[in-house]
Formats: sequence, structure tokens, C-alpha cells
Amino acid sequence: MSKEAIVNKTSAGPAPGKGLFGGEAIDCDVHITVPSMNVLIPYLDDYWREAAVTRGLDRHKMNITGQPANAPIFARPDWRPERGEPGTDLATLQSQALDAFGTRFAIANCMYGAQALHHEDMAAALCGAVNEWVAREWLDREPRLRASIVIPLQNPQLSVQEIEKRAADKRFVQVLMPAMGEMTLGRRYYWPIYEAAERHELPVGIHAGSSYRYAPTSAGWGSYAFEDYAAQASAFENQMLSLVAEGVFAKYPGIKFVFMESGFAWLPPFLWRANKTWRGVRAETPWVKRPPAEIIREHVRVTLQPVDAPLDREHLDRVIEQIGSDEMLLFSTDFPHWHFDGLNALPDTLPPTLTKKILLENPLATYSRLREPGQPKETRQ
Amino acid sequence: MNVNVAKPEQLTPAEQGLSVVDCDIHPAMKSVDELFPFLARRWQDHLKTYGSHVRQGLSDALAHPRMTPDVARVDAWPDDGSTPGSDPEFMRKHHLDANGVEFGILIPLGRNGGNQRNLDYGAALCSAINDWQIAKWCEFDKRLRGSITVTQEDPATAVAEIDKRAADKRFVQVLMPPRTIEPLGRRRYWPIYEAAVANKLPIGLHVGGVGGHASTGSGMPSYYIEEHTSNVQTMQALITSMVIEGVFEQFPDLQIVLIEGGFAWEPALSWRLDKHWERFKGEVPHLKREPSEYMREHFRFTTQPIDEPDNPRDMRHIIDWVGVDRLMFSTDYPHWDFDDPRYALNNAGLSVAEKQKIMSGNAKAFYGLQ
Amino acid sequence: MARHVVAAVGEIADGGRKLITIEGRNIGVFNVKGEYFALLNRCPHAGAELCRGTVIGFASSDEPGEYRLERGGEFLRCPWHGWEFEIRTGQSWVDPKKVRTRAYKTSVEAGSELVKGPYVAETFAVEVEENYIVIDI
Repeated sequence: MSKEAIVNKTSAGPAPGKGLFGGEAIDCDVHITVPSMNVLIPYLDDYWREAAVTRGLDRHKMNITGQPANAPIFARPDWRPERGEPGTDLATLQSQALDAFGTRFAIANCMYGAQALHHEDMAAALCGAVNEWVAREWLDREPRLRASIVIPLQNPQLSVQEIEKRAADKRFVQVLMPAMGEMTLGRRYYWPIYEAAERHELPVGIHAGSSYRYAPTSAGWGSYAFEDYAAQASAFENQMLSLVAEGVFAKYPGIKFVFMESGFAWLPPFLWRANKTWRGVRAETPWVKRPPAEIIREHVRVTLQPVDAPLDREHLDRVIEQIGSDEMLLFSTDFPHWHFDGLNALPDTLPPTLTKKILLENPLATYSRLREPGQPKETRQ
Repeated sequence: MNVNVAKPEQLTPAEQGLSVVDCDIHPAMKSVDELFPFLARRWQDHLKTYGSHVRQGLSDALAHPRMTPDVARVDAWPDDGSTPGSDPEFMRKHHLDANGVEFGILIPLGRNGGNQRNLDYGAALCSAINDWQIAKWCEFDKRLRGSITVTQEDPATAVAEIDKRAADKRFVQVLMPPRTIEPLGRRRYWPIYEAAVANKLPIGLHVGGVGGHASTGSGMPSYYIEEHTSNVQTMQALITSMVIEGVFEQFPDLQIVLIEGGFAWEPALSWRLDKHWERFKGEVPHLKREPSEYMREHFRFTTQPIDEPDNPRDMRHIIDWVGVDRLMFSTDYPHWDFDDPRYALNNAGLSVAEKQKIMSGNAKAFYGLQ
Repeated sequence: MARHVVAAVGEIADGGRKLITIEGRNIGVFNVKGEYFALLNRCPHAGAELCRGTVIGFASSDEPGEYRLERGGEFLRCPWHGWEFEIRTGQSWVDPKKVRTRAYKTSVEAGSELVKGPYVAETFAVEVEENYIVIDI
């Protein structure tokens, strides 16, 4: 079925210029980049504003290692703004992501280097400023935009404070954490964050990226950004299993996690192995009462980009079948990162029922804040 | 659920007309005294006085304790109570004969020669362990083959050990752990690859090692289920490193065997590396070919622990994607997640010819076993 | 069906076992708190000698960090991959029951009930007749 036919089937009838999906899709991962600390300074209090200026913090971009802004994968050529770095310009995001794809909403993730600082309070001040900046200068200006709450993961109490502060603004739909930090994410140290997230019905988004407290893999420090980028999927596997083994889903049965920007083709063998091992070592973590794959299929979601299986039925369709759930994948473009050309975000070998779930139903089911008031909690066909 | 139930009265491989090569057997010592004939007095004293000094919290134990004593099958304890895998007679009867093993490749793990922070001590241990494999095991049973343990963090010494052992054809590979100070693709290890290639030896990388890094990129996991699984991610990382660093451009004849990491995860890794190479080419201009090509040509896998998808058809797909020729059967005897040759490959939809390749043909050809 | 005497009463201590072969079948007879049960000595997972495994209780928990050992001595852990089987029934128990709910706010119910895992070890009827333990095959 052609994309036009899919759109016509699933929407009320797109008006001209409504983009590829005519509003019948939600983009669960686009990027906003902080161009410089100068934009955050208006949102810092007196102490931090003076610190930022007198200490020259404002001379640093706070880029996360491993995500060089000009590397091709992070900067699709036709998605660069005329001036400034990719992801810094609202107009570009509006035209190239929201308008072009015709998405109903896009969830913006601002991966900011404050999450890598060692000074917890400084991190918290900067994260707060980022969230305020995103709200005032992005969300206020574009009604289709939503955002993830950037938190100072270094300190769970300060993170909870930030979540409580932002939760009232329903345009914040998720809590954002990098895939690699100081501890495996299931650890009880982080539970206050999960308690708050569950209470506010905010999924926790785990996004590719690291604060590099450790070598990016158990093999040590490699030479290239390419290696680190490939390693993010391995990190996802470690973290997913940590959340299960530590009992995060037993303790917070309402919580959801969304893993962003490391594909999904690695899921099936990971799920098989998790079950296989669990059956033999169950007694060490007796609160894990169901096979891990079952828990993951219920509580965990994964964004579509980068699509990491060959785009043909023999591979992609088989992999998705092996995942064993049609509810796990969430549509994303990962704008402005470069994983596909043109508007080819969505592989076209997939059956229409699955396509509709990926584009719209699964995101709506995952993010309750995206559902308009009065709609049922879970969208069913 | 379509489950992998062992059929009653399953025929042994011999009864099925299949021969078995076991590419992962763990020999052990009843006591460390077994090493002393092969250790200079100075190092015997060092062992007794200072002992193991490695990059982890406990000097002689695992900080993630396993679920069974000595990581072993509960039914693999020799009659005299010594540790599983330490009694050659018992191993011969309990495993080699019982399971129809035609050739078995030894992977010694104890004593951590390659992990020692004291490199000279490590070198002495590696040499002693190599002597010990021949004296205690290969001499005892002609079916057994050894692996040359080396101090990979001291490449010059490792090269000397490889050169010294290569003439003894009972050694079929160089053995290193995947968890090292730097990822194994890095140039500091290249002299070892040069020596392996010069001596026409493959390199076996068996799960383990104490390289001083956390088991994940986000720290140490709490539980054994995580630690056990994390060895898969280590294998993913080392393939990535060796491919991306250009090891196989430099050493086109180098062959690697990944032991005890499984293999079902390999296709997804190959696709991921190919996809991202499209965008990262500018960073790694020394790579002339797709990562998956290097992987296909230079990496093989032992089968244990065999994965158990709910649907056997999925295992067939995985094996098709990996390639029958790249798989070599292993049991991991005497460890707890042992794969039995009667059952392990029954649910993959393999033809008899394919099963025979994986159970013995591939290993015989690869390692030159006869 | 034939009846076979496998042991004298008192020969197998509480918590103990005896491995025997009857008509070519390898069987383990277990004494669990004075009652006798017999299992085929082959694990339905991957063919291990199940009856050489470790007799254990069942580890359970209502929340992370809490550990309870229930029904001590009533379970058998396979000597290979560690799967847990109830000696009485041969049923594998890798999936303790929890009332499943789709609603996101409910918490796990305390006091879990056990439900069946996907595998069953073959069992044999055992009776005690006067001074002997007898199996029906």
C-alpha cells in the first residue's frame, strides 16, 4: 500500500500541505541543541549567572563526547540550518521535521553536557535552565512540539525536584537520561526518579549517549566515535537487563521506559538470552517473577531510528516478528541526525496494521500526555 | 509456547552417526602444586607469598558469585571430591567417552596468567600453564589439544611464548581473554597478531578477563544474570574494535574464534556496523570494505551457550544469517550451562550434513585436527 | 504395570534420595518430609540427570531486596542449567503467579501463588507398603 493510501485510510482526510503523514504520526525523537550557554543565562539565578560569566562557563558548548556536531551522522546536510549548528534553529525543525513529515507531535530531546558534570548543583542549575529555555523558546512557539525533562542524573533528589517542577507543564512528556552514566540504571540509587516518573505518568527516556564515567564498553577505550556510537546498542542491552534484574518493574509496575536512538534489531537475541539465563539463576533475584522478555515487552519501548536491519522482508520483517510484540516500536526521525534520505523514515515492507501502530498507536499508548482529554487511555483499532 | 523439550531416549551423536569436536573444555587443577614442576622456584615462592594480583576487588574469587560451586555442573565432581575438570580419568569417562568426543580443545581459565598486573609473574604462569596442558592432559589423552596462554598486556613476551610453543602441534590456537586493558583492536596488541599469523595459529578469545573496566559502559551490575549476559556485549565490543581499527586490513590472514559468547547476536551487530559505517567512513578511511565482510571472513563462534528462541524457526534464520560454516560445537564442560551434544542442535532445523559440519567438520578443518 | 520395590523404609533419609534403574529407566526416589516421590532421571529441558541436582527450597519475594525461602526441601534444582522443579509433581516452577493487570497503578500482590512453568519432569507413583517403598511402572 502506498504511503498516500495509508494516510488517507487513517486520517480524517489530510488538507493540502499536511506533510507525509497528515497528522497521523508522532515523532518520538527529534533533537534540540543548545547553541551556547548564552541562551541559558537568562534562566539562571544570580549566583549561577555570575558563575557562568566570570568563570567562563559560557565559553564552552557542553557538547557530549561521541556526538560531534558536524559529523555526518549527526548533521544531515539538508537538515542543517543556514546558520548555526544542526538542531539549534526552530524554523528548520518546523519545516524539515514537523511540516515535511506531517507529524502530530514531535518529542524533543535535548542531550546537554550538563549531565556529564561532576558538580551536582551546577548540573542541576544548568538542567533547569535548559528545561526553561526549551519551554519558553521552543514549546511556547510551536504547539506541535513536546519535550523530555532534562535531569541532573548525578543526584536523584535534585532530579526529582526538577521533575516535580516541570510535571505541571503537560508539554513535558518524558524524563530524559543518557544511556551510560555512573551506575547501571536499575540500581536503587535511581529509584526516587522512577517513583516520581511513575507517579506523574511520565515515561523515562533513555537516549544514546554517555557521560563517560567508564569506558564505553567492558573492553576499554576504543579509538573512534564510530565505535562508541555502535556501542550504544550494547549499552541499551545492559540497561534493559539492569532495570529488569533490579526489580524496577516489580517496584513500579506502572512505569515505562523508552530507549532512543540505537535501533532494535539486537532485541530478539537479547530477549532470548535474558530468558534463558533467568531460568537458571532466578533464585538470586526472586522478585523477577516473569520471564524478562515478557516484562520488557510490556514496559519497554524503542524508537525506530536508526533502523538497524536490512530493509527487506527477509531481514527486517523477520526481525520484527522475532521481537514478539507489535507494540514496542515507536516512530521517530531522529532529526537532524542522518539515518535515511528524503522522507524515507519508515521502511515500506511492513504491513499497514503494523505501520499504523508504529506511527501513531504505540506512541499514543506510551505517552499519556499526548492523548487529548477525554480519549481512552489505550487506543485500540 | 513451542518449547525445546529434550526428546526421551535421545540418541547419542555416535548413534546418530555424528562425530563430535568439543571446542571448549575447561581443565582444572586439584591443587596449585600441579604447576610447580613448571614454575621456577622464584615464582613458586611468589605464588605462595603474593599470589594473584588482578584488577578487581577479590584476589581469588569472583565478585559476582555463581549459582553453583566452582561454576560447575553439580554432577561433574570427581569421586575424590576435587574440583570439576581436574581429574583426567573422570573427564575421560564422564565427558570424552560418554559424549563421543573425537577431539577436545582445552581452554584453561584458572590462575589468570594474562590478567596479572605483575607481568613477569603472569608470564611465568602462562608458560607453566602451557606446559601443564601438555603434561597433564594432552599426554594423557590423545584427543585433547591445547591453547597457548599469553600475557597479552606485554606483547613482546606474548610473542616469545607463541614462537616457543608453535612447533608443538598439540597447541591449536593462541588464547586471550576479551576483557583487556584496551580493546583488542588497538595497535598495542598487533605484534601478537603478527606472531599468530606468522605461526599459522588462530586466536581464541574465551569469555572472561579482568581488564580493569566495568562490565558495562555504565558501571558494574549487581547480579549474576547481568554479569553473565554482559559477556555478550564484551564480544560485540571486541569485534567492533578489531574490525574498525583495521586489524584485518593489516593482517588479512588472521582468524579469530569467539568462545562461549554464543552467536545469535552477531547478525544484528554486522548490520549495525554496516549501517553506521556509511556515515562514519570519513573517520575510518583505512577500512576498505564493509564491516560485515571483515566479520564474515575473520570471526567464528563456538556454539555454547546455544540460544533458545521460543520458535525454533528463529534459530534457523539466525544460523542462516551467521552461516553454518562459521559455527563450531562446544560444551563448556564442566560448567553449569553445559550444552549436551545429544540435544543442543536439535531444534535449529539443521540437515544432517549441516549438523555434522557444526558438530565436528568445521572445527576439524579450521584447527587442522587429525 | 508392574510394581517394583526400590528401597526399605528408613533407607532413604528425610531430604535424601536414591537413584535406581527399573526396566531400563533411570529414576530418582526422594524422601520429602516423610513422603516419597519418584522422578525420571532426565531433565525435560536438555537431558541432564535431573535427580543428581540439588534439593532446595523455593526463593520468593514480594519486592526487590526481600528474600524468603519457602517450602524448604520440596524443590530440585537441575544439576546443569539450574531449573527448579517441584519434586512432588515434577512441575518446573520458573513462573510464580502474579495477578496480571493492565492497569498501571496496581502493585504486585503479596503472597504469590505458584503456577506452572513450561516443563514437566516425568513422575512415577510411589507407595509405602509395610516396610517397603514401591514404584508402579
